[in-house]
Amino acid sequence: MIKTIEVQKSFGSSLAVDRVSFEVKKGEVLGFLGPNGAGKSTTMRMITGFLPLSGGKILIGGHDIEEQPLQAKRLMGYLPENAPAYADMSVLGFLRFIAKIRGLKAVEAEAAVEKAIATCHLEKVRFQIIDTLSKGYLHRVCFAQAILHDPPILILDEPTDGLDPNQKHEMRQLIKEMGKHKAIIVSTHILEEVEAICTRVIIIDQGKLVFNGSPDELLAQSPQSGQISLRVLGRKPEELREKLKDLPGLGTVSIKEEKDGALAATLSAKAEKSLPAARVARLMQEANWEFDQLYTSKGRLDDVFRRITSLDSAEEVAK
Amino acid sequence: MKNAMTIARRELGGYFASPVAYVFLVIFLLLTGFFTFMMGNFFLRNEASLMSFFVWHPWLYMLLVPAVGMRLWAEELRMGTLELLFTMPVTPGQAIWGKFLAGWVFLGLALLLTLPMVFTAYYLGQPDGGPILTGYIGSFLMAGAYLAISGMTSACTRNQVISFITSVVICLLLVLAGYPPVTNILLKWGAPNAMVEFAAGLSVVFHFESMQRGVLDLRDLVYFCSLISFAIFSTGVLLKSRRA
Ligand SMILES: Nc1ncnc2c1ncn2[C@@H]1O[C@H](COP(=O)(O)OP(=O)(O)O)[C@@H](O)[C@H]1O
Ligand SMILES: [Mg+2]
Repeated sequence: MIKTIEVQKSFGSSLAVDRVSFEVKKGEVLGFLGPNGAGKSTTMRMITGFLPLSGGKILIGGHDIEEQPLQAKRLMGYLPENAPAYADMSVLGFLRFIAKIRGLKAVEAEAAVEKAIATCHLEKVRFQIIDTLSKGYLHRVCFAQAILHDPPILILDEPTDGLDPNQKHEMRQLIKEMGKHKAIIVSTHILEEVEAICTRVIIIDQGKLVFNGSPDELLAQSPQSGQISLRVLGRKPEELREKLKDLPGLGTVSIKEEKDGALAATLSAKAEKSLPAARVARLMQEANWEFDQLYTSKGRLDDVFRRITSLDSAEEVAK
Repeated sequence: MKNAMTIARRELGGYFASPVAYVFLVIFLLLTGFFTFMMGNFFLRNEASLMSFFVWHPWLYMLLVPAVGMRLWAEELRMGTLELLFTMPVTPGQAIWGKFLAGWVFLGLALLLTLPMVFTAYYLGQPDGGPILTGYIGSFLMAGAYLAISGMTSACTRNQVISFITSVVICLLLVLAGYPPVTNILLKWGAPNAMVEFAAGLSVVFHFESMQRGVLDLRDLVYFCSLISFAIFSTGVLLKSRRA
């Protein structure tokens, strides 16, 4: 549905987006990650046809955004960063205006507005002037605007920004649900969000694409990925180290003594080897040792994120 | 066209959602009344015409129209709604004309509210209807030209004050270029006759004057329409270059 080919954007002499190519299909929720100033919003503004491209091409449902902007724009709903809306209008008036400008006929429009109000829980504020809304409501009004015409494509720039935890959760459920039959791009810098809703992730840093894959592939790049954490009770560090020594595939072990006298051990596998937690569990049970924690770490997104983005930044500095 | 109307209706609704519109209308009527009756000696002229009413319009509009036009785009830029508007399935032309039309209709409304002035003239004597009609047409066109210019300056900045001042200055130049005291000084300074005449030909005063006298010349209409079209076109270019 969305295809960007070598997209570039320069502001004056600085390159904000540098040859970014990716594709989003129907049924995908693409998480768009990157540190602040990486060029996420700029890319989204080009996709939605707000900013002209400096190079490359963007296809929306087969329509070139620069050559057939109207056809392309009809297919998209867009929630811009900071959720702008006409401050002097009422929520209902604003949504009706959007419905009209989206070309919905009177009856259709009224139904669409009511549906969007219900979906985004705006019943309580429907007659309120937008200027007087709290940030959470403002965000939902702008989101309602984006989904009003039930577009097959949604572009959401930080959709959970400014929402409280409950609203965040609800917004994520909504995006996940809609992702089943739409193509969605969500930019965020909240990493849990990626695990919660995205089927695929791309990361950009300083305008360049540095990762494109599934959330699991991203996690697998974490140094913690596949590590086993074990908490053993009533033993000495040397005893534990001795016990683990012959475990096949074991690389390094670090053991920490905790306040209550228990031992917290982190086991990582040798390169290219796997270290099943079940094997560790059996070892403990056979020896009849007491343990109250044993799990395999999935890896930590923030670590991977930091590694991928700062690695690249470091290279950039070196050049 | 339908999209332009939708945008115009929203914009016009926005004017009346705040007290600004009413304040503007009151000030406009007070000032026209003041200038016509006090400065223009409406009663002392001893003739039933609206000459003393229309003659002030180029000056009045110079301050009042930029007050309407300054928010046209500056407000969209400041609130970020430009991003919303330009990602809707509308062409930039529809958006720009729509917003311009809203402002123009509003100014037309303000002008309509001065109709009691006409009734007064008819009550006092038998004025010639022609100059009054063409005067109103000319005044409306001039308001449109000023509005298009302030819309253009408002597309350059998110700061309404800067937008206001810039358009006042441009409108002032447009007035002064054809204002007899100024053109006389220029001639006295030895500026070539042709150049002064050319500058005067660009002035709104020059084209509005004949309309006040009841002459509806095609050239004057063309002048105002091209001024409006030029400013609207420039607005489009400016808005686009802001995003490039
Ligand atoms: N209109 C603009 N003019 C000049 N530079 C801009 C403009 N918009 C964005 N930038 C620059 O482009 C870079 C990317 O910004 P942005 O896309 O907003 O990042 P993100 O959304 O990922 O935080 C930043 O360095 C920013 O300063
Ligand atoms: Mg951003």
